[in-house]
Amino acid sequence: MLFKTRNFDTADVVLQACDLTVTLPDTPGNPGVLKSIDVTIRAGETVCLVGESGSGKSVTSLAIMGLLPQALQVAGGTIQLQGRDLLPLTQAQMRELRAARVAMIFQEPMTALNPVLRVGDQIMEVMELHTDMGTAERRRRAVAIMEQVHLPDVERIFKSYPHQLSGGQRQRIMIAMALVLEPVLLIADEPTTALDVTTQKQILALIDELQRDHGTAVLFITHDMGVVAEIADTVYVMKHGEIVEHGAVETLLREPRADYTRKLLQAVPSLSPRDARPAGDDAVLRVERLNKIYGGGGILRKLPQAHAAKDVTFSLSRGRTLGIVGESGSGKSTVARCIMRLIDPTSGRILLDDADIATLSRSALRPHRRKLQVVFQDPMRSLNPRWTIGESLIEGPLNYGTTRADAMAEAARLMGVVGLPADALARYPHQFSGGQRQRIAIARAVMMRPDVLVADEAVSALDVSVQAQVLDLLDQLQRDLGIAIVFITHDLRVAAQICDEVIVMQRGAVVEHGPAGQVLAAPAHPYTRALIEAAPGRSWDFQNFRAMPEVRHAEPA
Amino acid sequence: MAQVPQPTSAMQPVLRALRLPQFGLGSKIAALVLAIIVVLTLLAGWIAPHDPLTMNPMARLQGPIEGHPLGTDNFGRDIFSRVLIGGQLSLIIGIATAVVSVLLGLIIGMIAGFFRTADAIIMRMMDALMAIPSILLAIALVALNGPSVGSVIAAITIPEIPRVVRLVRAVVLSAREEPYVEAAIALGTPMRKILVRHLVPNTTAPLIVQGTYILASAILTEAILSFLGAGVSTETPTWGNIMAEGRLFFRIKPELILYPGIALSLCILSINLLGDAARDMLDPRLKKRAG
Repeated sequence: MLFKTRNFDTADVVLQACDLTVTLPDTPGNPGVLKSIDVTIRAGETVCLVGESGSGKSVTSLAIMGLLPQALQVAGGTIQLQGRDLLPLTQAQMRELRAARVAMIFQEPMTALNPVLRVGDQIMEVMELHTDMGTAERRRRAVAIMEQVHLPDVERIFKSYPHQLSGGQRQRIMIAMALVLEPVLLIADEPTTALDVTTQKQILALIDELQRDHGTAVLFITHDMGVVAEIADTVYVMKHGEIVEHGAVETLLREPRADYTRKLLQAVPSLSPRDARPAGDDAVLRVERLNKIYGGGGILRKLPQAHAAKDVTFSLSRGRTLGIVGESGSGKSTVARCIMRLIDPTSGRILLDDADIATLSRSALRPHRRKLQVVFQDPMRSLNPRWTIGESLIEGPLNYGTTRADAMAEAARLMGVVGLPADALARYPHQFSGGQRQRIAIARAVMMRPDVLVADEAVSALDVSVQAQVLDLLDQLQRDLGIAIVFITHDLRVAAQICDEVIVMQRGAVVEHGPAGQVLAAPAHPYTRALIEAAPGRSWDFQNFRAMPEVRHAEPA
Repeated sequence: MAQVPQPTSAMQPVLRALRLPQFGLGSKIAALVLAIIVVLTLLAGWIAPHDPLTMNPMARLQGPIEGHPLGTDNFGRDIFSRVLIGGQLSLIIGIATAVVSVLLGLIIGMIAGFFRTADAIIMRMMDALMAIPSILLAIALVALNGPSVGSVIAAITIPEIPRVVRLVRAVVLSAREEPYVEAAIALGTPMRKILVRHLVPNTTAPLIVQGTYILASAILTEAILSFLGAGVSTETPTWGNIMAEGRLFFRIKPELILYPGIALSLCILSINLLGDAARDMLDPRLKKRAG
């Protein structure tokens, strides 16, 4: 079965928001953040709110929880929880409802948990505030709910502090806290976005299981269409504070009515790999047995070592893209930073145009720097906020003796190439959106006419539609200039879209290396297979509104 | 081609802070009081009715009389003139201390923050400097070099430097992890240029705030040193010296201490208030809360 096909028309309505309008009263023009939206959630149903950043999905959840920041104000409409209007309630009454009737889990469990309290005590605290159970009873309930969320070794974890747990375990604790009082509605705001795909899969399965056992209604906020396909019963698509379309998940993915939904779905990168370009024999970048070991060098005592990259070897020729794929902590960023020589590799060779740059000193490295450029993940921080775009773009060329006028002319030309107006050069980074800034960061790298571009999660912070544009831009630059790209990503969909070759890393070691088509379609290593199987919505071809053609699974040789 | 303005950016927060409507009433009054004190002391040479050093044995310990608006001290010198002239040296010492410690602290802090190898050594030296009490250091320096303005400035500056160094180091440590700094390394920008053009501007705002606090505390410390006799030579009028001399006749004529004390307190209070206002203005988190 591909989708959930349950019907909830007869179930009780748990939450109904009618004509809900939220505005920014202190901002000139009183702009609407939510424009009379209607959402209905029934018992046992999973409703997904999906949309890009700034679409108002989180504001919707905060309005339901009565947790809107002061700058925002509900200007109209009603929110009814089991027939009771929430908007006129006082702070104290809302506090009673929260946790007891409506609970919420957040994206980042580390910040949502109190770092100085044991997690068991935090679960018990929820009951202490909302019930008059005795200590022994509270403890029993806490242990029971921790077992229900499948935490291993409950007694030990009960006494652990949040930092002693993994991200997935912390999110399980959050879910346990949210569900311990058996709320009728669980609001989950991007609860798996900060987690690795394999962990995400487990958490999604857990939410599903608990929902079935407890009959909780779930409002699930996400930007990821894959997750929607996995878990939703009903989907609401939001854009600029309005609901553009809603309906049962299968109908919506198969026959989207609104143009925006179609665009959103078509922007989801496909998991089927691109056709590889011919491999040249002129390797521009060769990495041989690269190792990086962190720590171990204490003066007074031996510190624990972390082997972040083990014998990584690959080569890359002009005009091709190599993807390095793995979960957090797999060492993919370490490899990127070693290649860039932002950190010094422990051993191994990095041959850039046949010159070994692995051990060069800072000054000896300078002539090679311009051949090797980087684009980072976070477009908000990768440009100096105090510099104009022009200053940022010409920084590199000026370092290599280009005159200011020449560099500026080139910068103006590149602005056109990356699709920004020429007057952008005189403006500051905060005047641009995330996607525009990422284009600027790419333009800054291209200013140097590099042979190799290292893109470290370069599209991970962007919305899917913007992501598609930036990937197109990279593709176009690669065709025009023959740049070789090392593309670091955790997202298999993105990797499938642009990589000719893929390296899969796990705990510092390369577990699989080969052409993208082979690695992604017929993975040989169990870890690669686990990664691919965990990719949400992998059996649906979003761009073509139909199921994926039968997924081929080659048996390992 | 688009005209690209020079980055005036390091000055941007300062310019923003100077836009008066953003200040509260308290800081406006503080600014006014401080401006009056500074103008009066700067123009003391013209305003002061008497030479602050001229003694007049016939008019000792007088109350406010013709020609002596605040009366005279035990040598018959005009208190009003002495307080005005004394303020000059107090302010000069305060400003010099603030400027010198901020500049030295900035340089040392940048080095400590940016070069890992230097960090541990520099910071242990700073810990050692911090352990020196400025009053003992001043007494030692005065004992070595004789009382002079230079000794006093050095004595106050040296223990202040580590505080600035710690501040700058912390800012640099977090700023150097920013992707735009790493991008600059990848663009082949030399270390020196990264320090000056990418990292120094980040320290401007906290240093302005720290500078005002150093200014206020330096003026106070100078007064304490003079009061204890470890400051500039006793003949030179400073607020501290005037109070030190007035101490002897405090019971007969409390004004001897009162007037320089009021000038000192008002001056420090208003500087501190302005420092607070600058902090609120330059700290993005506080600004957000207010807005």
